[in-house]
Amino acid sequence: MQRRRQRMLFAGVILTGVAAAAALAVRGLGENMLFFFSPSQVAAGEVPAGQSVRVGGLVVRGSVVRDSGLEVRFALSDGAESVLVRYEGILPDLFREGQGIVARGRLLTGGEFAAEEVLAKHDENYMPPEVAEALEIAREGGQIPAADAGP
Amino acid sequence: MSDMARFFDMGGYALYVWSAYGLVAVVLAANVAGPWFRQRRLLRRLAERDSAEER
Amino acid sequence: MRTPFNHLAAPMHFYRWGARLVPWLGACTVVLLALGWWGGLVLAPPDYQQGDGFRIIYVHVPSAWMSLFVYVVMAGAGAVALIWRVKLAEVLMAASAPLGAWFTFLALATGSIWGKPMWGTYWVWDARLTSELILLFLYLGVIALLAANEDRRRASRAAAVLALVGVVNVPIIHFSVQWWSTLHQGPSVGSFGAPSIHSSMLVPLLVSALAFKCYYLTVLIMRARCEIVERERNSAWVREMLPR
Repeated sequence: MQRRRQRMLFAGVILTGVAAAAALAVRGLGENMLFFFSPSQVAAGEVPAGQSVRVGGLVVRGSVVRDSGLEVRFALSDGAESVLVRYEGILPDLFREGQGIVARGRLLTGGEFAAEEVLAKHDENYMPPEVAEALEIAREGGQIPAADAGP
Repeated sequence: MSDMARFFDMGGYALYVWSAYGLVAVVLAANVAGPWFRQRRLLRRLAERDSAEER
Repeated sequence: MRTPFNHLAAPMHFYRWGARLVPWLGACTVVLLALGWWGGLVLAPPDYQQGDGFRIIYVHVPSAWMSLFVYVVMAGAGAVALIWRVKLAEVLMAASAPLGAWFTFLALATGSIWGKPMWGTYWVWDARLTSELILLFLYLGVIALLAANEDRRRASRAAAVLALVGVVNVPIIHFSVQWWSTLHQGPSVGSFGAPSIHSSMLVPLLVSALAFKCYYLTVLIMRARCEIVERERNSAWVREMLPR
């Protein structure tokens, strides 16, 4: 009987541990259910100023400005609105114009977003470089060169 | 860079790619070895127990 | 009530035909894994965006898919054990739990390794990653419950209940990237629509996934046979087949 009670206690402790771990995880998740705000949400005033939040969007072409040292400014857009982000630090490998980005930081009173962390969010597309190039050309309305096209 | 070297370099991502594959290989191998040896040990132990009882 | 199914499912019979299946399944695993990883590491072209780094997909995605698949099998076995008291179902649930936990661990670990160069971080608490981590906790809970009670029937009952309660997590994991905004991207191979991964990259992925399935079946049967010997160690058929 002593052993049986010990085992039940053991099981109880384990289960409590699992429940606690899951609860922590869900709490961590709860704060991040909405993992990032879109620029439209920022423009609509949904983002509390001063609080640490995340903003996500695509890097607007031509908006990347590198200042002295590691300082950089760029705009994130969701196609409708855009947010100006300023960041000092190392950017992820995939950072470039048109790339999806999620920045964590605070919205300043001026409307600018001061980022403490910049992460790249890539989409679910995987393809070889030639296919990507062909898509890019097609998107810009050009002609995809035929395989045996001469110079 | 030779072809072989380029393969192992994985476009600069060697550290990440090979540690991922290495980890998976180790875990998959260990999970086969586990039951394999456990089975043999079990049968041997049970046989010993049986022959001990017979005496 | 004796039915043909009872006969097949009896531990002794599973032990015997399991022994015949394992070498075949093992051979399939080795061949498919070699083909899948050769295709993925050598034949598939580099990704336009991630270069050769994307090749982690050939270990990460099969692991992740298996973490979900094994959980469903484990919960299903648990349900059968609970409702119909089938011994073999208890065994399969117990044998599946550690395998599923390892697949989940591998999915998280390889995903983390992949995330560092591509996203810029080893971890975020987004819906996909967090729910997969919860899956790992569920597996550990099932394993712990099975180990905590010497009375196998009771231990299996408790473990089966936990497994079934946790099943709701499986669709949450799958749909998390569509229901909520996450850092993890959406599915490249979804249930509907064309895959957003080029066929030259997709084929090795499917082969690798099939290899992982064969691997799971191989090791599941090996583990289950160990479990059966332990449980049935005092029965006549086990004593008869022991090496002298």
